[in-house]
Amino acid sequence: MAVEKRARRHTIAVLVDNEAGVLARVIGLFSGRGYNIESLTVAETDQKLNLSRITVVTSGTPMVIEQIKAQLERLVPVHKVRDLTIEGPHVERELALIKVSGTGEPRVESLRIADIFRARVVDSTNTSFVFELTGASEKLDAFIELMRPLGLVDVSRTGIVAISRGADAL
Amino acid sequence: MIIRALVDQGVEVVFGYPGGAVLPIYDAIFGQNNLRHILVRHEQGAVHAAEGYARSTGKVGVVLVTSGPGATNAVTGLTDALMDSIPIVCFTGQVATHLIGNDAFQEADTTGITRPCTKHNYLVKNPGDVARVVHEAFYVARSGRPGPVVIDMPKDVQLGKGRYVGPEKVVHRTYQPRVKGDAAAIERAVEMLASAKKPIFYTGGGIVNAGPGASQKLTEFAHMTGVPVTNTLMGLGAFPGSDPQFLGMLGMHGTYEANLAMYNCDLMVCLGARFDDRITGRLDAFSPKSKKIHVDVDPSSINKNVSVDLPIVGDVGAVLEDMIASWKRQKLDTDRQALKAWWKQIDEWRGQDCLHFDQGKEIIKPQYAIQRLYEMTKDRDAYITTEVGQHQMWAAQFYKFEAPNRWMTSGGLGTMGYGMPAAIGVQLAHPESLVVDIAGEASILMCIQELSTAVQYRLPIKIFILNNEYMGMVRQWQELLHGGRYSESYSAALPDFVKLAESFHAKGLRAAKPSELDGVIEEMLRTDGPVVADIVVDQAENCFPMIPSGAAHNEMILSIDKSNVVSDAGKALV
Repeated sequence: MAVEKRARRHTIAVLVDNEAGVLARVIGLFSGRGYNIESLTVAETDQKLNLSRITVVTSGTPMVIEQIKAQLERLVPVHKVRDLTIEGPHVERELALIKVSGTGEPRVESLRIADIFRARVVDSTNTSFVFELTGASEKLDAFIELMRPLGLVDVSRTGIVAISRGADAL
Repeated sequence: MIIRALVDQGVEVVFGYPGGAVLPIYDAIFGQNNLRHILVRHEQGAVHAAEGYARSTGKVGVVLVTSGPGATNAVTGLTDALMDSIPIVCFTGQVATHLIGNDAFQEADTTGITRPCTKHNYLVKNPGDVARVVHEAFYVARSGRPGPVVIDMPKDVQLGKGRYVGPEKVVHRTYQPRVKGDAAAIERAVEMLASAKKPIFYTGGGIVNAGPGASQKLTEFAHMTGVPVTNTLMGLGAFPGSDPQFLGMLGMHGTYEANLAMYNCDLMVCLGARFDDRITGRLDAFSPKSKKIHVDVDPSSINKNVSVDLPIVGDVGAVLEDMIASWKRQKLDTDRQALKAWWKQIDEWRGQDCLHFDQGKEIIKPQYAIQRLYEMTKDRDAYITTEVGQHQMWAAQFYKFEAPNRWMTSGGLGTMGYGMPAAIGVQLAHPESLVVDIAGEASILMCIQELSTAVQYRLPIKIFILNNEYMGMVRQWQELLHGGRYSESYSAALPDFVKLAESFHAKGLRAAKPSELDGVIEEMLRTDGPVVADIVVDQAENCFPMIPSGAAHNEMILSIDKSNVVSDAGKALV
């Protein structure tokens, strides 16, 4: 049987019981079995049913990705595992908070670029801005690169959250 | 409440060792007669004993240990149970909830430590959750692919009061493993089998775990189709060892015929086995010409090491039943002509007589010792456990098992010290049966303290030591791979096992010559009580046939003189 050997990036959504240690189980699985984590986000999504949603971006050959999904499904508190990358179109977004410090022309320039990128200023002092920017990860990367010569001092990113397009739920 | 929950789960025996953080549970044990507690001498022994109990009965084994060192000592046993898919529920004591995280006396992060070595674990923080968690734990341990579950129980929770719920009220929200296999896939599988020219059934511990019914189904299906069957180490007994369709064990120390049949087959039906590296040898040369069907209850076992053409997720017993039904309904038959030629080829391989050895007059060959043990016990109601190493492989090669649940060995983890405590667990479950631990002199010392447990509870286990004064398998690898430099593999300063047995108030016997062997086995079997039989065997004997690491099935070596050098890549593999 011909097996594809090329590693590819996959975004996987995991619905879990929001209980103590569940994140440790997921992370331990990745480190213990030598899988990559490129990005990971987690938060409670349903208070009544006590569910959390984990979005994990990983990369591997199709065989490794299949293993990752099977291993995740095997964890007792895991409800659902969905590979958004192969299950059709989906939206991926990331949020970043970016702090730029400076005065004079660079400061004005940073504000101008922020406007182009539709970043919002969420904090401001005489010598600094904090921008809030959402979008695809590449867009965030580009913005951060542009801020670097203008006095970039701090970056905080959420990692990717993703959801499928269309009417169907996870 | 814990005791009541255990009794409601049908538990009869608990293996444990008390300590500060579990005293409330021990107090509850003191005041009742429904549960029998077996006091071991080390927590590792408690888990292995529970494994032996579980594997020989199909029930869940139960362990009770204290916090801190009690829990950490149990880790080896838990990992062993995870690797070999043995259902265990292990209660660990924990310091009181308000002390957790304070580095209190005998505190350990038990749920943190045991997370990767259990199927699931719980830290119970609320007395009201106790009953539910216990019932859930039993459900998780025994469902799907079985495994160990830890319940970490802080001392104040043990003393707290909560409402009891019965097992029937507890339904797990997420964990619902699939039992029935996909009907269309099963249909296709039997069609593939009907058109195969050189089929083989490669069967593993999953058949044993699926219950005795699954073994019967396998035997029935094999006889209906005339297909050759090979078992993994964990699957021995799933198919009758004396059946002419049985090729023996496969894998690193499997038979020539089994491994060559695996290499040359055109259809491999893998039933409840997991393509472990000890089975496959070099992956890129593993059975290159075959289509592969894989039936497993655990989806993560499928396409893990070897990619298969037709996966079927489900309980292997249920799937076999459906396969037989579909086979009959479609009135299928195998290609008898092709099968005849296939069997002719297999019989040629069999003609190699790969397990051959020459028993002289002076020194006992270890293979001969097992062969005699088999001949003298095969008509009895016997259970065999082993430690890990050469003796284990010889036992697997030379002891034939006719039924499942009779063979207890540490396969996946390869835990030296497993055999004696496991034998204790088996003997407790089957008080009237013969239980023999086939051991090596190095392995047996790893849990020797449990001899005291056997004596205390008058468990007449028989410990059959193949004593070659070496960690034999290590020595064999050093001979084959490291130029005969026997670094630290000689068992210097060995105890006198006869005296050692006597000091534990057990019986000690020794055979040093082939002529003494039968007499010693006879006396061992006659003795009503624990026996240690020290069988002095050939120190230089190696375990063959062998697929050297990094080699393929068709590159197996049958003896040392024909052996080729192991590649550097192979040396890196274990």
